[in-house]
Amino acid sequence: MKQRRKTSIVAGACIVFSLAASAVILHRTDQLRPQATIEDVLFVSSPKVLKRASLGYDGLLADIYWTRAVQYFGSKHYNNAQSYNLLFPLLEITTHLDPHLVVAYEFGASFLAPPPPNGAGQPERAIQLMEYGIQNNPDDWKLYYDLGFVYYMNLKDYKKASEAFARGSKVPDAHPFLRLLAAQMAEHADEYDTSRMLWTTTYQNTEDREIRANAVEHLRSLRVDEDVTHLQEAVTYFGKRTGRLPASMTELVAAERLPGVPVDPDGNPYELTAEGRIEVRVPSDFSFATKGLPPGYQPVTKFHDLQP
Amino acid sequence: MPAIEILGLEKTYMVGFWRKRPKCALSPLHLTVEDGEIFGFLGPNGAGKTTTLKMLMGLVFPTAGSARILGQDWTDPQVKAQIGFLPEQPYFYDHLTAHELLNYYAQLSGVSGKERSRRVEAMLQRVGLPDVKGVQLRKFSKGMLQRVGIAQAILHDPKLVFFDEPMSGLDPMGRREVRDLMEQLKHEGKTVFFSTHILSDAEALCDRVAIIHKGQLRGVGAVADLTSSVQGKVEVIWQGTQVPASIKALGAECHVTGDTVRAMIDENQQDAAIDALRRERLRLIAIIPVRTSLEAYFVEKLQRAETTAGRMA
Amino acid sequence: MKARVVHIASNTFREAVRDRVLYNLIAFAVLLSGAAILVGQISIDIEKLVVINLGLTAVSLFGLVIAIFIGIGLVSKEIEKRTLYTVLSRPVRRWEFIVGKFFGLAGTLVVNTFFMAIGVFAALFYVSHKFVRADALILIALYFIVLEFLIICSLALLFSSFSSPLLSAVFAFSLFVIGSFAEDLRGFAGMAHGLTRWLVTGAAYLVPNFSAFNVIGSIAHEQPVAAQLVWHNTLYALFYAAMALSGAVLIFEYRNLK
Repeated sequence: MKQRRKTSIVAGACIVFSLAASAVILHRTDQLRPQATIEDVLFVSSPKVLKRASLGYDGLLADIYWTRAVQYFGSKHYNNAQSYNLLFPLLEITTHLDPHLVVAYEFGASFLAPPPPNGAGQPERAIQLMEYGIQNNPDDWKLYYDLGFVYYMNLKDYKKASEAFARGSKVPDAHPFLRLLAAQMAEHADEYDTSRMLWTTTYQNTEDREIRANAVEHLRSLRVDEDVTHLQEAVTYFGKRTGRLPASMTELVAAERLPGVPVDPDGNPYELTAEGRIEVRVPSDFSFATKGLPPGYQPVTKFHDLQP
Repeated sequence: MPAIEILGLEKTYMVGFWRKRPKCALSPLHLTVEDGEIFGFLGPNGAGKTTTLKMLMGLVFPTAGSARILGQDWTDPQVKAQIGFLPEQPYFYDHLTAHELLNYYAQLSGVSGKERSRRVEAMLQRVGLPDVKGVQLRKFSKGMLQRVGIAQAILHDPKLVFFDEPMSGLDPMGRREVRDLMEQLKHEGKTVFFSTHILSDAEALCDRVAIIHKGQLRGVGAVADLTSSVQGKVEVIWQGTQVPASIKALGAECHVTGDTVRAMIDENQQDAAIDALRRERLRLIAIIPVRTSLEAYFVEKLQRAETTAGRMA
Repeated sequence: MKARVVHIASNTFREAVRDRVLYNLIAFAVLLSGAAILVGQISIDIEKLVVINLGLTAVSLFGLVIAIFIGIGLVSKEIEKRTLYTVLSRPVRRWEFIVGKFFGLAGTLVVNTFFMAIGVFAALFYVSHKFVRADALILIALYFIVLEFLIICSLALLFSSFSSPLLSAVFAFSLFVIGSFAEDLRGFAGMAHGLTRWLVTGAAYLVPNFSAFNVIGSIAHEQPVAAQLVWHNTLYALFYAAMALSGAVLIFEYRNLK
């Protein structure tokens, strides 16, 4: 029996060690070939061929391609990539395999349209994807919403956005906002309130973490834009009254009777520069802010993840 | 030193869907096999013979107990170099020839290169398979396979040989040959332990036997002792068809078959019968002591076990 | 000790080679390479591409079938047919048996792959009429295929040590399929939370990961393979096979051979 025990111990130790070693090597290999699978995968890039080749297991294959699309975008985005040309093919394949995978369309709307590094910079592709989605899911109001969203946010085509929202509002069980938005497009398209409404609606109507994180980031940046605009107006007003720039934020607050030293969504007070510009303390915390940035500042993506 | 000492080997399997019910394949077995004898392990099918053998070979692990083989612990791998095993209805690698197979086994048993081919040839001759060069084993008949099996069991010249149902599948000629072989092995000083359910073989060959039934040992002893004349009768056979009056007077049962008469008489009347035949000038052919056959002993033992079990139940 | 392992290995090899199933499958694979030539002629430009793709895929798939077929026979069939008893009644340790079997099978597969590869190269020569430097990449692809086989063998052996031949074949094949998608499994794990995430990640590292081994697509397009990848894959295959083999040894050590 002693032999048996000795063999068992050696075998057991070997199992543990080998498993650990293989896991480590696997990890390293992954880093060697980050894109390899995707590129291999897309050697068959025709959705029709793939569908036929999937032997009826479309759903599973769609899920797999969906996962790959998310991984692809996520890892590139993390590294501040400037091009995402495989995103559309991946999403196209996914949705052809499973036309009812709504989250794939939502993902496309959120990340195909915006310019790099936050998206693929292909709004027309996003439109194409959304129309395909609507064709296959005519009763899903979210898809019309996403379509309108792309027109509004990325193409600034308020007429088409309004049309999309209007189409969506006719769907049974549509979100009441759609009719409102359709109307809003006509008159108040440019306003912060409209943008805020859109991003909030997006956030509330999706389960996907990436899309939510994206929406949150936009809302934060929107707030900064709004705050900076108002504060800048206050500075201008101060200048008109006193003929000079305020010496400090405290002076501005007191003079214009602001309710307190204004803080950004992170809790850091806005700063007043010597040239009378209002700036945000940590610009990199607000990926989409267009105001309150120091001159010559290049935006860098830094997502605040909704990690559990 | 005894060749085999079985010290309480026991095997219980867990059966049932949830593997909760215990099923006893072998109750604690205590048995000793002496050096140089032919020992028969008898019992009906499913009695536990093969289980015992497999435990001794290390193929199955006992639930309790131990054994010593040739004085060493039975799990010692070096013991295996000195024993040979023929499993029941063996089956070998289909696509090898007998030579290749035996050569392989010889390698595994540690027989050195030069010795190997000589031994293999010798073994094949010995088991009666002289012309099988180049023939793949899948073309062998059952009897031929059995011979190959025996060959592999003895080719490394082991001191102790285990045979599980060695006669199974053999025709009477084959069985005779195997019996002769086992006798030869004994003459070479080897110990032979074989299991069987064919009693006549055991009767003819074994020095001692053990009888096992439903996992329990029912009897151990020399065949002669177990089958000693219990009835105290003898059978007298003479030529002719006459039955002398004096013999009839002894109250003997007489049967006439063809040209011979057989009479069953008491042992102590043996001399009287011989005198009667001489007086009548009848030719005595044989006087045979009537022994209980091993079969009768066997059946009786088993029946008693059944009734005991029945009474206890 | 080593001598016994070598003897068991060479015996396994001999038995495997004599099994006619092997020849049928090899012939089939070679035939497929020939078929590739026909298919390629449909569109002249991609002849070579098709030969490489189809040929190597055939080697891979048929080799897989052989690996599983014979791998299962290694232990399961031996137990069922009782060839094992006469081996283990000799001074052979159980682990020596398993290890010897593995090397015997590995050797068989390497030889098989060699013959099938000849078929592929022959077909390639037929369509291209010459060999280019880039064709050496095919050797790398073949090497990776052999590494995959080693992993599958070790798994087949692992399952054989406790399961029936049919079930072992099913398990081994399933793990091959799962292993081909293992990278996606890890992707799934990345999207899950909490306990599920841990479980799926664990599973993703436990199953064999074949994604890095399949370079057929890229070498068909004559893209180079990093030397580091060759090194990584070799190590991974060795460690994974060692793990599965140790598992087989461990299980077999305690198995009652009824």
